[in-house]
Amino acid sequence: MKTKTLQNSAMGLIKRFEWRQNIIYIGFIAVFILFSILLGDSGFSNPNNLLNIFRQTATISIMAVAMTYVIAAAEIDLSIGSVAGLAAVVTAMTINSAGLIPGILAGLLVGAVAGAISGGLVAWLKVPSFLVTLGMLGLVVGVARWITASAPVPIADQTYIAIFGGGEIGPIPVLLVWVAIAVTIGAVVMNKTKFGRHVRATGGNLVAAGYTGVKTAKIKFTVLLLSGVVAAFAGMLYAGRLQSGRFQWGTGDELSVIAAVILGGTSLFGGRGQVVGTLFGALFIGLINNGLILAGLDVSQQQVVRGAIIILAVALSRKK
Amino acid sequence: MSSAVSPAIEMLGIQKSFGTNPVLKNVDFSVTVGEVHALAGENGAGKSTLMKILQGVYQKDSGSINVSGVNVDITDTFAAKKAGIGMVFQEFSLIPTLTVAQNIFLTNEPTKYGLISDSAAKKMSLELFREMEVEVDPSRIVESLPTALWQLTEIAKALAQNAKVLIMDEPTASLAKHEAEGLFALIQRLKAKGISIVYISHRMDEIYRIADRITVLRDGSRVLTESLKSVTPEQIVEAIVGRKAAAHLVHKDRSEKISSEIVLEVTDLSAEPKLHNVSLQVRRGEILGLAGLMGSGRTELVNTLFGVLKPSSGTIKLNGIEIQVTSPQVAIRNGIALIPEDRRAQGLVLDHSVTENLTLPLLDELTTSRFLSKKKILAKSKEIIDKFDIKLAYLGIAVGSLSGGNQQKVVIGKWLGTNPEILLMDEPTAGVDIGTKSEILDFVRKIADSGKSVILISSELPELLSVSDRILVLKDGRISKSLNREEIPNEEFLQLAIQGAA
Repeated sequence: MKTKTLQNSAMGLIKRFEWRQNIIYIGFIAVFILFSILLGDSGFSNPNNLLNIFRQTATISIMAVAMTYVIAAAEIDLSIGSVAGLAAVVTAMTINSAGLIPGILAGLLVGAVAGAISGGLVAWLKVPSFLVTLGMLGLVVGVARWITASAPVPIADQTYIAIFGGGEIGPIPVLLVWVAIAVTIGAVVMNKTKFGRHVRATGGNLVAAGYTGVKTAKIKFTVLLLSGVVAAFAGMLYAGRLQSGRFQWGTGDELSVIAAVILGGTSLFGGRGQVVGTLFGALFIGLINNGLILAGLDVSQQQVVRGAIIILAVALSRKK
Repeated sequence: MSSAVSPAIEMLGIQKSFGTNPVLKNVDFSVTVGEVHALAGENGAGKSTLMKILQGVYQKDSGSINVSGVNVDITDTFAAKKAGIGMVFQEFSLIPTLTVAQNIFLTNEPTKYGLISDSAAKKMSLELFREMEVEVDPSRIVESLPTALWQLTEIAKALAQNAKVLIMDEPTASLAKHEAEGLFALIQRLKAKGISIVYISHRMDEIYRIADRITVLRDGSRVLTESLKSVTPEQIVEAIVGRKAAAHLVHKDRSEKISSEIVLEVTDLSAEPKLHNVSLQVRRGEILGLAGLMGSGRTELVNTLFGVLKPSSGTIKLNGIEIQVTSPQVAIRNGIALIPEDRRAQGLVLDHSVTENLTLPLLDELTTSRFLSKKKILAKSKEIIDKFDIKLAYLGIAVGSLSGGNQQKVVIGKWLGTNPEILLMDEPTAGVDIGTKSEILDFVRKIADSGKSVILISSELPELLSVSDRILVLKDGRISKSLNREEIPNEEFLQLAIQGAA
């Protein structure tokens, strides 16, 4: 009798748990159908519009894959938007002065340096990542404005533009290829490698993971380093798509990215990481934005709705 | 039989000091192959320091450690694991968001083509559980499992790392009776496979039940190592507490202290799905014991009285007047206080100082012209600390760094500071040493003597029998028996009533 009630309550837990992890897919389909009906006449279901949604959320999706790791390790990275902006301007400036390859390397280096500093402070000096990356956010924006005097830096290199965001492979925009690569690698590493497993262990119970032999400091350092590099890469995609480097590229993206991760079923408290869910979280946000535009709402109204979605997502990810 | 005498672990002349404070003085401790060796002593006697040295968490100052006859230098937890020493933690060390199999093989994940093979881990886990002769589904997420299965997972994890010695720290503390039985049977099977077990426990009946030998530490020294066949419980208790007597477990008749006035009357109280139609009365000065298995509804009953759980039907009358306990705040205002089961999670803010914790429920009265008065707060907390003889290095010390017994005294002091009429206590002596236990039980009697009423939950029957004036037995969320203390001849009788056999 008693074991039965125990089992029942355990089953209840599982059901609630899976509901929370999978709600994004249900939500995505529901909103998609809703918009198809309501906004069909405004061109929502047009293949070009759907492709546009994908394209517009590509950078968010890619950054969100790395953020899934950061949040699964029970950390946060608020600096990704500004790291993207700095990487965009550094890449543009270096391409103009030294050529394509140095430009790409310089952009990635920006992310690696910012990520390594944040990661080092969090992992070994035990400064909360919230504070470190909040400081890094301001610092990086400052550097980007300083070195460009807040002016845009145009990019003329057609190879760069083709690879990073502007080009197409057949009918498929190259941005989508990057998203597919990021999500595939992200999902496999999370679920099938020791690194991914140890990231979740670190976020799930830091002390227990440490006792079991997981190198938790190294894990924290690595996820923040990774987040920095991926943010820089996303900034370089902005630069390619918009054919210039500007410090504003990526500004405010951290909110959409974190929302995408949480909507996708990753717990803000760490220990879980759903990379595919994250992709759908990002697409969901893109879908909402697109629908709101087609419905005639302006940017400020979109911001209000997006903010509400973030609050809702965090409310749903509460521990109990 | 010859293998039974070869030592699995020998710790010789272990010394350890923290600063100038010696915590282990020349301690010898050995466990033979396939032996269950109980380790006992009050909190602060040095048990956990000794075990942490064995696990590589602390470094010894001097002495030597041999594992299977070979001298080893246990410099860190990895070295301990390599030497075959596994730990089953009192506070569990699993990752709640991973599956059972993923936890068992964490950092030892089986791989195929460089990628983790969860199916292989699952298969190996099933194999381990089969050897342990227990049933656990390795693909379940740990946080969805009952605690008893967490523990089995921990044991499987240690065995997966080829542990030859398992250290179990109060392993039955969070288990119901039948789950503990399962654990004892498992320990017998592990023994038969030549695995040695260091069994840390405060519970005498368990020690006699499963251990071969016992070592008692007191104030950092070894005071007793003896086969359990040749030592009496009285000798053990004396070794643990020193010259202090173990009179705390003797029942004292308190009938003249109990007034006829009914303070609390509960009628047909239900909190579905855990509690069904419970009716009870408590008199002024009475200590009412609640007995029952884990999950029988004991905790739910006190939580409902305290407003943590919402009743689905029924009435609660305080001094004859019906009250609606909709929240703990309402309960406190009506003079009801609860000392919860999980004191670390529910009773204390561990990072805060003792003073802050003690005065948290009293802040309303500790003000001068609406601002908190530091003077009043300090005076009040000193008063409580003296009253309960809480041992502190200094007033501002964080509660989290006190011993379990002292933490419990802080919780009790915190709530008694509010001067409640009715005190609800859920397992107040769980995990505290014998010395503190007897102090806590004395408090309970004193509180009741001063005209308060106490409702006490305890899974330790001798303890329940020693303080209760009346005992209600709960089963499946209902009261299955109401027994006056004098109707209960002995512990076995009560045990049978709880199991539903009597």
